[in-house]
Amino acid sequence: MKLSRRGFLKVTGAATTGALLGNFAFNRKSSEAYAQTLRTRYAEESTTICPYCAVGCGMIVSVSRGKVINIEGDPDHPINQGSLCSKGSALFQVANNDRRMTKVLYRAPYSDRWEEKSWDWTISRIAENIKKTRDANWVGKDSKGRVVNRVEAIGALGGAALDNEECYLWSKLARALGIVYLEHQARI
Amino acid sequence: MTNHWIDIKNADCIMIIGSNAAENHPVSFRWVTKAMEKGAKLINVDPRFTRTSSKADIYAPLRSGADIAFINGVMNYIIENNLYDKDYLVDNTNASFLVNEKFSFKNGLYVGYNKKKKKYDKKYWRYQLDENGIPKVDRTLQNPRCVFQLLRKHLSRYNLDEVSAITGTPKHLLLEVAKIYGATGAKGKSGTIMYAMGTTQHTVGTQNVRSYAMLQLLLGNVGIAGGGINALRGESNVQGSTDMALLFHILPGYLKTPRVEDQSLKQYLEHWTPKSADPKSANWWQHTPKYMVSLLKAFWGEHATKGNQFAYSYMPKVSENYSHITMFEAMYDGKIKGLICMGQNPAVGGPNVRKEKKALEKLDWLVAVDLWETETASFWATPEVDPKKIKTEVFMLPAAASMEKEGSITNSGRWMQWRYQAVHPPGDAKSDLWILDKLAKQLKKLYKKDGGAFAEPIVHLNWNYGPKEEPNVHLVAKEINGYDLVTGKLVPSFGKLKDDGTTSSGNWLYCASYTEKGNMAARRDPRDATNKIGLYPNWSWCWPVNRRIIYNRASCDLKGNPHAPHKYVVKWLADEKKWVGDVPDGGWPPGTRHSFIMKPEGHARLFGFGLADGPFPEHYEPLESPVKNRMSKTQINPVTKVWRGAMNEIGNKKKYPIIATTYRVTEHWQAGQMTRNNAWLVELMPDMFVEMSKSLAKSKRIKHGDRVKIKTARGEITAYAVVTERFQAFKLNGRLYEQVGLPWHFGYKGLAQGFSANILTPHVGDANTMIPEYKAFLCNVEKEV
Repeated sequence: MKLSRRGFLKVTGAATTGALLGNFAFNRKSSEAYAQTLRTRYAEESTTICPYCAVGCGMIVSVSRGKVINIEGDPDHPINQGSLCSKGSALFQVANNDRRMTKVLYRAPYSDRWEEKSWDWTISRIAENIKKTRDANWVGKDSKGRVVNRVEAIGALGGAALDNEECYLWSKLARALGIVYLEHQARI
Repeated sequence: MTNHWIDIKNADCIMIIGSNAAENHPVSFRWVTKAMEKGAKLINVDPRFTRTSSKADIYAPLRSGADIAFINGVMNYIIENNLYDKDYLVDNTNASFLVNEKFSFKNGLYVGYNKKKKKYDKKYWRYQLDENGIPKVDRTLQNPRCVFQLLRKHLSRYNLDEVSAITGTPKHLLLEVAKIYGATGAKGKSGTIMYAMGTTQHTVGTQNVRSYAMLQLLLGNVGIAGGGINALRGESNVQGSTDMALLFHILPGYLKTPRVEDQSLKQYLEHWTPKSADPKSANWWQHTPKYMVSLLKAFWGEHATKGNQFAYSYMPKVSENYSHITMFEAMYDGKIKGLICMGQNPAVGGPNVRKEKKALEKLDWLVAVDLWETETASFWATPEVDPKKIKTEVFMLPAAASMEKEGSITNSGRWMQWRYQAVHPPGDAKSDLWILDKLAKQLKKLYKKDGGAFAEPIVHLNWNYGPKEEPNVHLVAKEINGYDLVTGKLVPSFGKLKDDGTTSSGNWLYCASYTEKGNMAARRDPRDATNKIGLYPNWSWCWPVNRRIIYNRASCDLKGNPHAPHKYVVKWLADEKKWVGDVPDGGWPPGTRHSFIMKPEGHARLFGFGLADGPFPEHYEPLESPVKNRMSKTQINPVTKVWRGAMNEIGNKKKYPIIATTYRVTEHWQAGQMTRNNAWLVELMPDMFVEMSKSLAKSKRIKHGDRVKIKTARGEITAYAVVTERFQAFKLNGRLYEQVGLPWHFGYKGLAQGFSANILTPHVGDANTMIPEYKAFLCNVEKEV
């Protein structure tokens, strides 16, 4: 079977999921395919969804030698049909940005600066802090003797920028810890 | 959204109110434009003339905080001029239901108000029941105790002169909106409402949305193509994060968080599983036990057994409100010791941010996970504070961006869409999934080794996402969908979930999203369904059960014939005895079940007794308002909690006579992290400004481009003045009042810096949801000298 560029994209995408859902190879107009080939000729492509507002526009990310070299609207996506707004069009600068955080930073109590730390040290230290605060402030029963099993001394905030699977794990872990101050952008 | 983005094209009339779709959801406007190209009318209601207004057939200016008066006025006109869809009301809503004889409304208060507790006793907000426990109805809608007549009486106070004096909307425009939007009440016509935070961020935010939903019901606009009540949500996965319940009051799939009264699983299920005596009511939440037990099985696996009530005791029980404002008040009072922030930046985005930043100083530790250094992570390094006096230990963790990891997000139209990893994150940055996985494993290890307070829920937490360094996101997605624990197979839909511990599901609403047939969110079949209304049923997947337009039984008469055959959502094929089109709201034959399957009475509620502040929407003024409430002596929402004490000052109209609101611009996003670090966007929108009318500027001797001070009772900021025709003074009670507008994206980190508008906003929230009142407060402006 001869695959068009979009068809190829679909198949590589589906193969990643480990399940092939139908098979749709599309025939784009040759001029369109040519125009788009110019910019990203040797790139690997994958699809994504815009991380800004909740319209959920489809995008194509082109990667060469491990770097994002282009992001554009996905013409096959039924919602945006290739179009993007100014923010979506600028997503390239999120993928390629010197201002991105690339190290774990730590600010000690009363310090006036950040210092770099390793992930191992940081994860252990955060877990110790959570455990210490949780154990010291645990409320097993309320003043009337009713079981509440909660901790009110730890707050959890945020998640609207996370993937569903990440939200789910956070929701699950926070509940296991007994956290009740569990909130995010949807509230405000 | 009850409907979805593409469906906007099917509307005959579109009302955009409390949203600036053209600027803040630009691609949504693609579908507004498609509708308009086919002849649809666009109505825009907003305090400011925006780019959305510039495309509208009618622009109706509305003073911030007066939506209920506006919509009640429109509904009153629609009822008095018989523009409503009577058949729809009788078949699908509680319009015909009789209400308790003791239900009443006086002086802006419903029966049962307790002034001391600022709370309603709702015992008379009830239906009259017959001997079988089924609500009594009058299908002629004439009985004075029926919902329709009570509503009519309530709305009759909102005549267009009165409404105009409250809203500042000229009467002729109110009339035009009522007539043109009211025309969608005709059979076969559809009107849609698009709204956003301009609607919700008020002390009456929930009732604002409710009033829109009621208007849609009056006109028969819910469940149909080109209709519905459509929230334009602002963050790419705020729908998914809500579905997954990163909120104190719900569990995944909108199950209720156990309350302290719900001591046992049995008590919980009795409390939260609604009952209906009506055999025609599907009463969908009757399945609560199946969903709750399956959730407990997903969380605690083999440790959730019949013998221990499926580990129900592991789930924390709440006894009060733990929402955002409450959290920061508790933090300010020193009650919260540690905070974990996942990609949220409250030092810019929270209300009354001076107070919220002060609250951060009281923490022992703060974990901030983000792509950028945020104002929240570096709250201790601002010019006005001395780091040497701040005890907080701060961890700033670098996170992966959307194209650097794999997983799904859910858009406003409930479409769950899969994203692929294109590249590795930069440097040591990691996905949130990796961070959460590492943290959970470390906590499990610590509690297993050392024990600690109630260690079981952590030690027993079901946590197995593969042997690799990066957790397997597909295993998480499958856990969310759920398994048949007997066969080990993924469950095909929530109809197969059970309450005996033989199934698991992390979120029943997402059942059918990842089945033995594969990952439904990853589907890319570009073909439309047979009804050709833009459902694209095999492109991605949407909850529930891939139903693209919910409440769709209401789009047909009781025989299953669609009201709009040319754009039907579903229809019943009598010969074949089946529904075609969208996935119907249950496969039962037409007329055998009521259409609003999530309500125990099976009917949408024009009379909504579930809310904290009344069964009908009533106009109250914002906490800070320059005018007295014309409708009653009850000035503000009587059940709203008003925080007093330190840093909670409330401004008066003498000192702060100007109405203020906040909004967003196209080039920036929310609290700014994702755009103020982006050179292209910063070049387009570099600095903080305040928009004001020419008349206000003239009276204050302010010129376009001047630096001006904006002050409220909470604080003061400076910004560039944008003097514009887009704002016009509002005539309220015969007097002119000015309003200004401020974008809220700015802070002191990133490439573009500026004062945060939320220095000005108050710590007060909606009576039902506690969403902050960002959209209406009082200020003063003056030229900076």
